[in-house]
Amino acid sequence: MRRPWARAAAVQAACVAITLFMAVPMYLIALAALSSRESLNRFPLPLLPTDLSTETMSAFLRSTGVVPAFLNSLQVGLGTLVLSLLVGVPAGWALARYAFRGKEPYQLFLLLTRALPIVVLSVPLAKVFLTSGLYDTTYAVTLLHTALALPTTVLITAAVFVGVPRDQEEAAMIFGATPVQAFLRVVVPQALPGVAAAAMFAFVLSWNEVLGATILTLNQRTLPAQVLSTLSDSPLAYRFAGGLALVLPALLFIALMRRYMLNMWGATLR
Amino acid sequence: MTELADQPVLRERPDRPAPRRPARRVPTPVLLIAPSLIFMTALFVWPTVVAVGQAFTGDDGPTAAYVRRMVDDPSFWPAVRYTALLIVVLIPIQFAFALTMALLLRERPRFAGVYFYLWVVPLAISDLAAGLVWLSIFTDRGYLNSVLDHLGVAGYSWLQFDHPVTMFLAVMVAELWRATSLVLVIVVAGLQGIPKDYDEAAAVFGATYWQRLRHVLLPQLRPSLQVAVILRTILALQTFAVAQALTGRNLPLLVGETYRWYNALLNPNVAAALALVVLGVSLLAAAGYLRLLREHPEARG
Repeated sequence: MRRPWARAAAVQAACVAITLFMAVPMYLIALAALSSRESLNRFPLPLLPTDLSTETMSAFLRSTGVVPAFLNSLQVGLGTLVLSLLVGVPAGWALARYAFRGKEPYQLFLLLTRALPIVVLSVPLAKVFLTSGLYDTTYAVTLLHTALALPTTVLITAAVFVGVPRDQEEAAMIFGATPVQAFLRVVVPQALPGVAAAAMFAFVLSWNEVLGATILTLNQRTLPAQVLSTLSDSPLAYRFAGGLALVLPALLFIALMRRYMLNMWGATLR
Repeated sequence: MTELADQPVLRERPDRPAPRRPARRVPTPVLLIAPSLIFMTALFVWPTVVAVGQAFTGDDGPTAAYVRRMVDDPSFWPAVRYTALLIVVLIPIQFAFALTMALLLRERPRFAGVYFYLWVVPLAISDLAAGLVWLSIFTDRGYLNSVLDHLGVAGYSWLQFDHPVTMFLAVMVAELWRATSLVLVIVVAGLQGIPKDYDEAAAVFGATYWQRLRHVLLPQLRPSLQVAVILRTILALQTFAVAQALTGRNLPLLVGETYRWYNALLNPNVAAALALVVLGVSLLAAAGYLRLLREHPEARG
């Protein structure tokens, strides 16, 4: 470190280069989706936002099936969020606060399920759902997405509850709170942000999942499934608009999640 | 909790009568995990069993016909090859890239927060969206060829079906863009768990940056890296929508073939057989994961 300023400059230059690699494609898809039909047909394509228009986006939103697919995606995402919390939070609490027989195998089971590829579930589930009348409903997709989100929900919430000191809960009880009161007054406020992170994780997983949603539905498509199944016979402008529609929520999600990112992935993926 | 102690104690002293307890009830933690256990069994174990049935039973008993049809399909071996190639080429590059990013952030540059945010955004971008993003760049009249045109260089049909090399490269760049953030987050979390003392001590004794990286940092980061490798392998095996968006099915991959057998060829049995191939390879990777956890229990976090 003979010349600290040179080193800092080199680090900055590398950071900027990587940032360009990450950000330029996002800029370009936004540019493509916000260009008019006419300027998308031009070649070479303009690289600066000279004539922005909402034509491409609104044509995408008006095309058949997109709005219903958007609503389906919302419904499936929220359903996945609620269901995975309902089933996952108690299990996370059990992992965090109890030592019990079968805890180790249960954790291994959770880790193993994350190795199961989505295809392996979707193809046979389509058959199961066909016979049980659930095929081509948002419920079927919700069930699949909950299954995919659940291991992570359990592991995240377990990590969250481990982080709430036991002593405080006990102190509350010494001062006369019932266990339920102690839980509501002491544990819930501290655990809430982390649980919210787990909830958002479940929503985004569902929002992004393509393959299973496509295999399990025919008419009740989610947005990615709708885009994928119409991919081969749709114009480029439609695909670009679809790309932006799928990317935008990601920006929002990461902005909201930034604080929990490391705790979350650090605690669960390892 | 009481649940913790009573069982083993009972087993150790069989001669003493068990202390009288009120009617035996299910322990609380079991009640708490039961819903998730039932749910996961219904949606993971049962489908897997059904898949085996689909792949190996025909109208009259067990059959290998579907497996044979899968293997005889002209796209099958190319799909296996491209999937394997993608894993072998992509993952080392991805790890070098993620490690570079993490080490750069460790230097605490100005705007590190902004950089980190932009570098992890792809974590929430779906593979389909990533494919569409890069389609706008690699398509014939797309941004890459536009830039080349501005520079006075002739364009190239990157995604044309008879240009497999550039097609593969396009899929790889898109995957590198989308999925490196996952590795980055794992590595950054791993770095945070490493005490600075060793590194500082090595610096005091005159080790160069590369020596410290090679002999101090990387060995301590090993558990995180290994887990990330296995996770990324399992996920890379499932690469599908990126290739679909960029190349249609000109670049066959295993999961894309499953989708084609199911959706276009309407043959769920062959699709199930293909899915089981993906499952088999994933389980191999998972077995590596479990072995790793046994060797390094701290890796579970």
